[in-house]
Amino acid sequence: MSTDTIPDAVYVVLRIFFEFTHSFGLLVLATVGLAVIFGMMGIINLAHGEFILIGAYGTTLSFHAGLPLPLAMVTGVAVTTVVGLILERTVIRHLYDRLLDSMVATFGLSLVIIQLTRILFGNTTNNVSLSMGSISYGPYSSGTYRILLAVIALVVLAVLYWVFTRTKFGLRARATMQDAETARAMGVNTDRMYMLTFGLGAALAGLTGALFTPAFTVDPEIGSEFLVESFVTVVVGGPSVLIGTSLGGALLGTIDAMFTWIGGSFLGEIMILIAAIIAIRIMPEGITGLLEDWRQKRREDE
Amino acid sequence: MLETEHLGVSYGKTPILRDVNISIEQGEIVGIMGKNGVGKTTLVKALIGLLDINEGRVTFDDTVVADATANRESFWRAESFPQEVASTLAGTPISNAPGRLGEFFPLAAELTPDATADQRARAGMGYIPQGRDVFPELTVEENLEMGETINGDAGEFQYDAVYEFFPILEERRTQDAGTLSGGQQQMLAIGRALIGNPDLLLLDEPSEGVQPSIVQDLTRDLEQVNEELGTTILFVEQNLHVVQNLAERCYAIDKGTIVDELGPERLASRDAVTKYLAV
Repeated sequence: MSTDTIPDAVYVVLRIFFEFTHSFGLLVLATVGLAVIFGMMGIINLAHGEFILIGAYGTTLSFHAGLPLPLAMVTGVAVTTVVGLILERTVIRHLYDRLLDSMVATFGLSLVIIQLTRILFGNTTNNVSLSMGSISYGPYSSGTYRILLAVIALVVLAVLYWVFTRTKFGLRARATMQDAETARAMGVNTDRMYMLTFGLGAALAGLTGALFTPAFTVDPEIGSEFLVESFVTVVVGGPSVLIGTSLGGALLGTIDAMFTWIGGSFLGEIMILIAAIIAIRIMPEGITGLLEDWRQKRREDE
Repeated sequence: MLETEHLGVSYGKTPILRDVNISIEQGEIVGIMGKNGVGKTTLVKALIGLLDINEGRVTFDDTVVADATANRESFWRAESFPQEVASTLAGTPISNAPGRLGEFFPLAAELTPDATADQRARAGMGYIPQGRDVFPELTVEENLEMGETINGDAGEFQYDAVYEFFPILEERRTQDAGTLSGGQQQMLAIGRALIGNPDLLLLDEPSEGVQPSIVQDLTRDLEQVNEELGTTILFVEQNLHVVQNLAERCYAIDKGTIVDELGPERLASRDAVTKYLAV
């Protein structure tokens, strides 16, 4: 290997690394709200993309109404949380333990939200611009905001870990999801736990919408741009909210980064879907299901 | 402390419990024995609030926590409603009755909706379900922490006492509860219910699925809990050893109703007890 090629190799590694951070940030942020609602409550929320839409519209509209971007993002998250809580109280709460019914209902909700958005705000919105520059390395460069999103994804995972393992809310939420009747008999208001958990999932979806507002064109179809990635990550990661989302995001992010480098982003996206199909075949319960089986086997051996 | 009056519970239109009258005083250990399928678990679940009652009422610490009066057609008739109102609302729980009914009918205003299971737990009822039902993916320590809400999250928790009664729980406090043996899970379920220092401990067949040698230990532990913490204990059981060694007095239940009450002398007689058990 000549000395001239060493810097090129470093640039390639950096390129793949930054591709990975972009992909990981997108996958984790797109997934985490869905994973909380599915992993904790067993509800497949087909309106997840539309919660992201609400977050994006809340941010865009309040930004153009004159709020600074960070405050506009907070507004987007708040609006999504309120809508999520209202929908939980009026629709979702009647559908617990009714998986197929909840899927039909949330699919219906997604259609209603998309059409309402179209009617109220039209097919396009003004973009939210944010200039944070880019990092250049050799012939390549990466947007600084995209890297920041990956860092935020890690922070979100860390905060969720703290919430679910170190707070009373997290403990009671986990207990409720494992055995609601016994949790109720321990004094937990399980109705409220369901409401708050769904609200948390909606808030995280809203956060995703808010954070990606400067990076995407915000229109009534924006939710569908996240939906495939989020479902694929949940399928690959499995039902465990944090481990599943992190490992699913890391695995698919690596695949995306490698194949984007080889053949462009289109090939990267195709390979993510192929990886999901293979994952369903060899580990139907996802990575966390595989880990749980391994743990179980080890326990039995002991 | 706990009293039921003419309590009745139905699954759909099938009555499971009827005219159940029991009373437990502060500090007592009282058993309810009966064979499989006579309504023991239904009774405990109705007392803790996991099942709605259809007849009668339940009083805990001088507070009515469940009252089925509002569901009874006689209530609607007693208030002399116009015929069309009575026929429309007959069978409707008072909490669901439309509008400002309570303002017009004093009896309706006095009735409150039934306390839910979580409200009863916070009021001081500790519950140990049949089959223990520990949270398998929470650690032993986290399971115990779940008991803090019982008795209103008072802030004075019995970790020391629980670890003294069941030292194995302290040894395994970081282990997932699902990995414990049946007997250890039963200890954990009892410990979890004791953490918040409840006034009343309700146990649903504590001996089920537990080795006989461990059952003896559990019986002794529960007696100790009653003596040292002053906790009132009500348990349902069909294990002869537990009934004879733990209960100070015991009701016998058959076909959904209380058929006998045995004091200490009759409890000591194997024949008197086995009559009501599948021994």
